[in-house]
Formats: sequence, structure tokens, C-alpha cells
Amino acid sequence: MAKYSGVMKTIQVYDPAMCCSTGICGPSVDPDLVNFAAMLSQLKGMGVHVERFNLAQQPMAFATNACVKEILAKEGTAALPISFWDGEVHLKGRYPTHDERPGWFQAAIEKKEAAV
Amino acid sequence: MKLPLFRPDAATSTRYLFFTGKGGVGKTSLSCATALKLAEAGKRVLLVSTDPASNLDEVLMTTLTNQPTPVPEVPGLHALNINPVEAAAAYRERVIGPMRGVLPEAALRSMEEQLSGSCTVEIAAFDEFSGFIGNPDAARDFDHVIFDTAPTGHTLRLMSLAKAWDQFLDNNTSGTSCLGPLAGLEKQRGIYEATVQTLSDASATTLVLVSRPQLSALREAERTSGELRALGVTNQCLVINGTFETNCPQDVTAQAMQQRGESAMGSASVFIDSMPSFIMPLRPINILGIEGLRVLLDGESAKGSVAPVDAEWIPPDMRRLTDLVDEIEKNEHGVIMTMGKGGVGKTTVAAAIAVLLARRGHAVHLSTTDPAAHIAQTLDGQIDGLTVRRIDPAAETAAYQQEVMQTQGAQMDESGRALLEEDLRSPCTEEIAVFRAFAREVGQGTRRFVVLDTAPTGHTLLLLDASEAYHRELQRQARSTQPEEVLHLLDRLRDPDFTHILLVTLPEATPVHEAAALQADLRRAHIDPHAWVINQSLLGCGSCDLLLRRREETEHRYIREVVEKQAKRTAWLPWQAVEPVGGEALSRLAQSGVPRMTVA
Repeated sequence: MAKYSGVMKTIQVYDPAMCCSTGICGPSVDPDLVNFAAMLSQLKGMGVHVERFNLAQQPMAFATNACVKEILAKEGTAALPISFWDGEVHLKGRYPTHDERPGWFQAAIEKKEAAV
Repeated sequence: MKLPLFRPDAATSTRYLFFTGKGGVGKTSLSCATALKLAEAGKRVLLVSTDPASNLDEVLMTTLTNQPTPVPEVPGLHALNINPVEAAAAYRERVIGPMRGVLPEAALRSMEEQLSGSCTVEIAAFDEFSGFIGNPDAARDFDHVIFDTAPTGHTLRLMSLAKAWDQFLDNNTSGTSCLGPLAGLEKQRGIYEATVQTLSDASATTLVLVSRPQLSALREAERTSGELRALGVTNQCLVINGTFETNCPQDVTAQAMQQRGESAMGSASVFIDSMPSFIMPLRPINILGIEGLRVLLDGESAKGSVAPVDAEWIPPDMRRLTDLVDEIEKNEHGVIMTMGKGGVGKTTVAAAIAVLLARRGHAVHLSTTDPAAHIAQTLDGQIDGLTVRRIDPAAETAAYQQEVMQTQGAQMDESGRALLEEDLRSPCTEEIAVFRAFAREVGQGTRRFVVLDTAPTGHTLLLLDASEAYHRELQRQARSTQPEEVLHLLDRLRDPDFTHILLVTLPEATPVHEAAALQADLRRAHIDPHAWVINQSLLGCGSCDLLLRRREETEHRYIREVVEKQAKRTAWLPWQAVEPVGGEALSRLAQSGVPRMTVA
């Protein structure tokens, strides 16, 4: 995973095809997904520009992002979700865990290297 | 209670007419007859069906598409049939099509899977349906647009979606909410708004509640009335279809049938008096074809000589319910599900089977989703070894919401919980909650007998469809918070030793054909019904009432169709003068066989 430095200004998340952002209406509840959705809304409140794209709803966003398109072609949909920090791939194939989430907040407020 | 006869012109001051009611009450017949009358009066009429199990083609004897098609015998009448499943496929293609060759195959497949859920089906159907209301150009050439709408719950869901959709667009900041598939339809917003507005405009829209002279059907209509009123649809009227007055007062069966209807209407008099209400008398034939529709509205003289019941007709070999139970009980445990169109008696059959099994010393659990299932409720605690549970969608949904909030919401801050709560209000939540309850009940069948009367056809299919989708989804996800019962559901339903599905039908055209369609769908899902049950048959009733004798005779071809073409095994149940309540009555019903066809 890429190292990151500087105050994070934007987050883009390319989600797998799903019904809603928390996955609550899917067959089972993924706690990491729900917590992730909640975290994003907090980060948004802190001034980070957050965008989420759902493969089932906004496929064009996947098709027009060269990086996402390439990852999908190479690794298939198992590579989703893909999270970008300021345009760079930060995490793919899963949502951040409980232990990783504080790093996201840190990145949003501290101007220092937050290794992942 | 003396109610006027239903006449279309009594309800046709508005341009839009919606016929709604439980399956099997005669929505299609009445909406077709109304359309026919208006067309014959010189109006230009468009008849629209959004029922996934529509038999509009059959009633009009015209092959319909999703575009207005002229009905050859009736100048001025056009009809169309919106098949929600096909509408969903078209919608899917609109979203996925442009991505072909752009995104990799795997991504397309996962989009396709996600867009195959029941949400998409409902939204796509609503999309097409509102095209005819919200878009002023679409129905410009018609004076009246008549909807033979989908079953109650479905319609309600669609209508509340329209409201939720407005809120969704107004408040949506986080991209949440389960109205996901609507995102692709954002351009249509104006049309949806116009649709909702038209529905609640009393000068534009009339809601015709169709019911039967049966207490459960009338209560159901009352519920629908209240729910739609709450959604702003206030211009309502009621048609009680199939009222019966015998011309043969000494006939016990005919007398009982008349009394049963009168007493049901008496019990529901407050509701009936609360709006303009009409009756449509029982007719001696099944309403098919244009001539049949004319008979429905205009009646038919019962004076002329009516041919006697065909004494030569020998009913085919049919079992008693108790014979079916002989086979089912061999495994000592398992699941018995009664399925079929609403109003055919699934709960009665389920309750009778539960009683028989319990009386033979088995541990039995009877589970019902019928909100008016007092047949089942009266058994609770009355028979050794028998327990009864009602699956209440509202309660199941509340419990599921609470469970998720407690397990998932516990470690979240306020904004996380608010987000979770918002998503839990989506229409999918109820479906998941009911589905889980269903899976839980089926899971009980490993230790004892579980008898389930499932919800009406459309919903049942959604559940089964969902179970297939769930199955795939769960296999893909290593981590699952689903109970073990859900994981095993489909395998259990497919195991003919574990699950016995009984398709319940009335010996009439529509219920038989819908049960046949249901059987075909089940077989596609690799689930094979064990037997059919023909319920409420007048066969051999020996009535001297001409109307009843004609109806008895029309049963012959449907009984033959079930036995010869559809069913592996067929059980038969007679029409009941008194609703069988309690262990004794149900047990007696299950012992009934086809009477010998003797002619005095």
C-alpha cells in the first residue's frame, strides 16, 4: 500500500455492486462496511471531500477512471472496494478494519506521514 | 344490507381507475368489465395490468404486450400488460448495456446479479406504470386509464416508494438509502411526482377496492383502504364481488352459502358503510372472453332451462387430505408448505394437516403469515403437541431493526447509528426480516413437523428468488452474520423428503392457471410440489340451486386439468357451509372424500 503524507483532502471509494452504502439490505451485515460508511460521514463533516461509487449504480465512474479500470481488468471484482486518498490507491479488496480506521482520521487532521 | 349493483358509470367520473384487492377477488374481471362498458359507451379506454401473475390475456382473449394493443372485438378499448420481471430486465439492460466492452466481464456479471433483486423488479414496474399516469402525453389518446393493479402489498410498496423517492432526492447527501436502483431513473423524477400527485387527486383518480363476501377478504380490503388513505389516496369505493342469493330456499348448501356471505357483510358493516359500496352477484360461469364480461355486468337470466349436472361424468381419482398425511408422516419430521393464490384456503389446509399430524402423536408447529388467520389462532394451545405462531411482518421488521442496531450500532457513534437507522427504514428491510423468520421456521423442521401457510404467490416467489440470490451471495462472502437456518434454506426446500409443498387451488380457471405457473416457477428453482389440493369444490353437493349446479359443472374441466395435466397427486376438499374452526372441524374436513356421483 502507498505511503501517505500531507492532510488528506479527498476520498474516493469504488464499491462493489451493492444495494446501499451500508450493505444493510443485503443478505448479511458487514460491520466493517457499516462502520466505514459512518466514518466517511464523519470525515465529510470534518471537511474531507468524500465520493462513493457503486458498481451497480454508477458504472460509468468505474469505466472513466483508468486506474480502477485497470485493476478490475487485472484482478477482477475481488479487488473491490478500492479506496483512494487524494487520487492514490490506499486500500483495495476490503474495507478498513477497526484498527485501521483511526489512521483515516489521523490522515485527515495531521500533516504527517500516516503509514498504513 | 341492501347495496346497489356495481355499475361502472357510478365510479367513472375520474379519468384514472385503480382496482385493488387480495388475489382471487376478481380485480381482473371487474376492471375488464368496466373497461368494456366504458368503451361500449363510446369512451376511449386504456386498460393496464401490472400484476406479475396477470391473466388479462386470458380474460380478454387477446395477446397483449407492454404497448397499448387494440382488443379486436371492442372498438375503443386498448389494453397492455406490464410484466414487472421483463420491465426489470429492460432496466438492467439500460444500465449494463453501455458498459459492455468498457468494463470487464466479471464487473458486468456482478452488476447484473445486484440488479436482479426484487427491489429492481418493483422499481422497474413502478417506472413503467407511472409512465401512463405521470407523463401527460403517454395516455393522451384515452378518456380513461384503468389499472388492474398488482396485489395489495406490492401496490402499497410502489406507492410508498414514490414518496420515499422524493424524500431521498431531497435529503440525500451521503448516497445512502436503499432506493439505489432509482439512481438510474433520476431523469424520471418529474413523472414520479406527477404520478403521486394524480393518485391523491380525488377528481382524477378513483380507487376501487374489490373484495368478496367473506370476512377475511373484507378485513383485508379495510386494511388496504386505510393504508392507501394514509398515502393520500382518498377517493375510494368498494365492490363486493360474488354475492349470492339462492333461488332454492330449501337447499341446505345454497342456504348456508347465502348466510355465510350475509353474516360476513353484516360484521363488516361499519367499513362497508364508510364509502360508496356496491355488489356484484355471483355468476354461474367463469368470466372469460368478452361475452363472459358482459354476463358479469349484465347478469344472465337463470330462468331458462339449465342442463342437469352431467351424471355421466366420473370424477378422476383424488385423495383425501388424510391420505396425503399418511405419506408425509413417514419421515417423522420435516416441512409442509401450502402455497397458492390468496384466498384459496392455504391456511385452512395447513391447519387441517397440522391437526392431523398432532392427533397422530407428532410434535407439530403451525406457522402462518395470514394476518387474518383466526383458523390457526383458535388452535393455539388447544391440541397436544401443536404449537402455533403467526409471522407478523411489522413485528419481525421491528425485531430485526432492533437486533441490527444492538449488534452493529453498539460500537458506533451517533452519526453512524443515524446512518444505520436510515438504511434500516428501507423497504428491503421488511423483506429480509420476513425472509429470516421464514427460514427460521423451516429450520425447525429438523426436529418436528413444521406446517407453513405462505404469503400470496408474488411474495412467495420473491422470497424463493431471494433465497437463491442469498445463497449465491453467502457462498461468496466468507463472513456472514446470517443464522445457520438461512444457509441451509434452499437445500432444505429442494429436498423432497424434507419439504412437502402442497399447491392449493379452487376448481376455477384463474386459481388453477396461477398455481400451474407457480409450479413451473418452483420447478425452475428445482423445487417440486408434492401434491395439489383442490379446495372448496361443489362436486357432488347435490344442490337444487341452478346457479350452484352450473358452477359445479364448470368445475369438471378444471378438476380434470389438475389431475391429468398438473399434479403428481391430487387431494380434494368439499365446499364448507361453516368455516372449519377448531380441531374437530378441521379433522373432519381432512377425512372428506369425493361423494359418490349418484343421481336420484
